[in-house]
Amino acid sequence: MYVAVKGGETAIDAAHALLAERRRGDPALAELSLAQIREQLALAVDRVMAEGALYDPDLAALAIKQARGDLIEAIFLLRAYRTTLPRLVASEPVDTGHMRIERRISATFKDLPGGQILGPTFDYTHRLLDFALAAESEAARPARQSLPAVAAEPMPRVAEILGGEGLIEEAPADTAGAPGDITRTPLSYPASRDLRLQALARGDEGFLLAMSYSTQRGYGHTHPFAAEIRHGRVAVEVVPPELGFAIEIGEIAVTECQMVNQFKGNEAAPPQFTGGYGLTFGGAERKAMAMALADRALRAAELGEEISAPAQDQEFMLSHADNVEASGFVQHLKLPHYVDFQSELDLLRRLRKEWETRREAAE
Amino acid sequence: MSAAHPGYNFAYLDEQTKRMIRRAILKAVAVPGYQVPFAGREMPLPYGWGTGGIQVTASIIGATDRLKVIDQGADDTTNAVSIRRFFAKTAGVATTTRTNEATIIQTRHRVPETPLQAGQIMVFQVPIPEPLRWLEPRETRSRRMHAEADYGSMYVKLYEDIARMGRITTAYDYPVMVNGRYLMRPSPIPRFDNPKLDRSPALMLFGAGREKRIYALPPHTPVKSLDFEDHPFTVERWTQRCQRCGSGDSFLDEIVIDDRGTRRFVCSDTDHCDTRLERRSAS
Repeated sequence: MYVAVKGGETAIDAAHALLAERRRGDPALAELSLAQIREQLALAVDRVMAEGALYDPDLAALAIKQARGDLIEAIFLLRAYRTTLPRLVASEPVDTGHMRIERRISATFKDLPGGQILGPTFDYTHRLLDFALAAESEAARPARQSLPAVAAEPMPRVAEILGGEGLIEEAPADTAGAPGDITRTPLSYPASRDLRLQALARGDEGFLLAMSYSTQRGYGHTHPFAAEIRHGRVAVEVVPPELGFAIEIGEIAVTECQMVNQFKGNEAAPPQFTGGYGLTFGGAERKAMAMALADRALRAAELGEEISAPAQDQEFMLSHADNVEASGFVQHLKLPHYVDFQSELDLLRRLRKEWETRREAAE
Repeated sequence: MSAAHPGYNFAYLDEQTKRMIRRAILKAVAVPGYQVPFAGREMPLPYGWGTGGIQVTASIIGATDRLKVIDQGADDTTNAVSIRRFFAKTAGVATTTRTNEATIIQTRHRVPETPLQAGQIMVFQVPIPEPLRWLEPRETRSRRMHAEADYGSMYVKLYEDIARMGRITTAYDYPVMVNGRYLMRPSPIPRFDNPKLDRSPALMLFGAGREKRIYALPPHTPVKSLDFEDHPFTVERWTQRCQRCGSGDSFLDEIVIDDRGTRRFVCSDTDHCDTRLERRSAS
């Protein structure tokens, strides 16, 4: 039994009907298919998967379509779906050293084993509007290029090359036990690096971009170099308990960024490079780089550096990086607040009366 | 019982999640006013729109419950309608607008005028659970302050209000001391509603989804609004009465009815107002 309530209900239904109509746009034009979104708006799909924290290009395309292209709304849709899914198993750590490489660049070495591979990048394009695209001409259709079926051979990461010389901090020992999960345990501070990286991976690209930019402008400078950025596909493996060995269950596209940063050393550690790490689903390279800078800035405490800037402050960064949380709370100001406002009016009127009485008494 | 939404569990949340939230609620009831962290889920409604309250309600609601949802005291505000629909759809439970018929009342910004009874549960939607937040934005410090019952800074803030403005300038979400131990935010209810929390026979649960905290007032818990002997706590007062039902002791909404600024005052609690009108027309 559902008791109907006047007013609001009809308004909500009407608003949703209007939304559906506006989403469709001009019905004389062909409707977008999910495949078109997935194939032609692939970087939007990647961002929604990364911040929605769910690798499913078709569902991300559906979310983008449903959200009328509002990516934060699409991320919210995907998150709300993700939260209902059962956690069947945790995968083995993906091995990005065995990535099927589509792009791999290093800013620290002119050449290196495996070479520099530009891949499909906006870099070095001149940002001139291409009016041929507006003509929707298929004439200049580029030939389809595919990735090698398997990684030719493991491609060493730049951090490992430096590691051979002892110039970079040792990779943290593989901590026994599963990494934490901020979606299953409430975040508390100080948060360990696994939790910080999870929060950054889910974090808003715009927020991380601005915060990492602030470290480059002197608010917690970290002297970064992009040791390596690589993009491609990696195998995901799980170990089913009944088998006891790893089996591959599929492949995901990821972008990884390793920053190396100058570190002057302290009593316990010699001068060396330290790392910031970024990993995202898909081709979200800007996000991966911002994440790596933010990760390094957030390591200030463990490296004994002075904490002077917002980007180094865990509570500030991790409490505000999530765009689903931020978007909801900023927009909740649309909800009625007239009871609180009435209380404020009552208070303001009293203060005003007292102020006038005081002023009259003073005259 | 009408059928719940196919494809989703009863009241949306899976049973594991409900169990986790119920454990947090039990702890909250055991330590009145203490904010218990819980692994809040992402709900299909936005953060800041009642996700904490919804998760608490979803974890305690049963097929025989009768749910009332209010926002600003009214059953027909859009977000109240939306949340009531959510439970009607996912749990198929009965809903009501009558305060005295409801077993669970989820609310945003008001406590009903009709006195609550033993056995009823109030679920408050909480935006910011931390009463010390505006004094100390860091959780790491404010949690320590709670542990040490270090609430001096709050009294200093209230004292400074009086010294500067002649009165305490917190209009709503006015801080309360729970059971003489924990400082608590009552959620953004007006000061007018604070006295209704004190020793209420109903169980009061507070859910903050985005901030991932649950806290509670078990029935009959002493709840004191902070004040000073020479500046006692006061509530809002109106010189007008409700222009619909004539009530002179309820919280009134001020409605602007023309462009010359003419105001009309009516009860914010729509059920209270309607009940009074019905009684009047019956007699």
